[in-house]
Amino acid sequence: MNAVAQLQRQFVDYFNSLYREGVVDDQFAELQKLQDESTPDFVAEVVTLFFEDCEKLINNMAKALDQQVVDYKQVDSHVHQLKGSSSSVGAMRVKNLCIAFRTHCEAQNRDGCVRCLQQVNNEYLFLKNKLQTLFRLQQQILAAGGSIPTIA
Amino acid sequence: MKNEQQKILGQFLRKLTLNFLVDRVGMDHSLSDSKEVHVLAIDENLVDRTVIERLLKITSCKVTAVDSGIRVLQFLGLHEENNCSVGFDSLKMDLIITDYCIPGMTRYKLLKKIKGSSALREIPVVIMSSENVVTRSTDAWEKKQRILL
Repeated sequence: MNAVAQLQRQFVDYFNSLYREGVVDDQFAELQKLQDESTPDFVAEVVTLFFEDCEKLINNMAKALDQQVVDYKQVDSHVHQLKGSSSSVGAMRVKNLCIAFRTHCEAQNRDGCVRCLQQVNNEYLFLKNKLQTLFRLQQQILAAGGSIPTIA
Repeated sequence: MKNEQQKILGQFLRKLTLNFLVDRVGMDHSLSDSKEVHVLAIDENLVDRTVIERLLKITSCKVTAVDSGIRVLQFLGLHEENNCSVGFDSLKMDLIITDYCIPGMTRYKLLKKIKGSSALREIPVVIMSSENVVTRSTDAWEKKQRILL
């Protein structure tokens, strides 16, 4: 197997493992399909925006939960935003954590919220690491003159 | 590469828009087919806006993506502070797609403004939601919407 084919194989295997482990869902595969030769960096761009969004929202939630009197409506609105954008990129685990997070907001349970926020933060860092590996593989394929395999 | 879902979305958008264009100005289908569909997309979240924009562009629509209801009204020349509609030609807008929650105003207020304008009331408005549960407030809102439409 030549170098490009090997890299392509690695890419597909890695992608499939993320899918199998529930790190990403069908929506992530759909995003790949929106990418073509004219927009080879589309997925990487969207995911970068998502990570920036995550950081901003996580910081805002942390600040809000740190207040003497917590404004749960505000925390909930940040969680809702994060749930939306994580859905859009196919970050399934983050999205599911947001769903649980919202029930704690509704119950005005500070400890529950703080716990969820910690989990969301860990999951975001885990996902960031995984997707950066995927994009590195992508860059290696393109640098070697190959094309990104389409995921069925 | 377009997949089936994107083809279906593209066909749905075209059909929806073409029906309204035919009713509104009596254009025949052959003329409308060559016209590029212009969609106004409203979503507060940058990630969602980027994805929607790409999805619509890939179905050959022209897209303007904005982040709030106020911006929409400014574009459409309906904002109170506008004395005249400058710049953007609202008649070229074929479809408005909006997120369920938009900052700056309620969906109801936005819809009321659009439908209250003789120039704009024929533009179809599509509302997107990620929520699966239909709440009581949604039902009340939908009743108001039916009255408006």
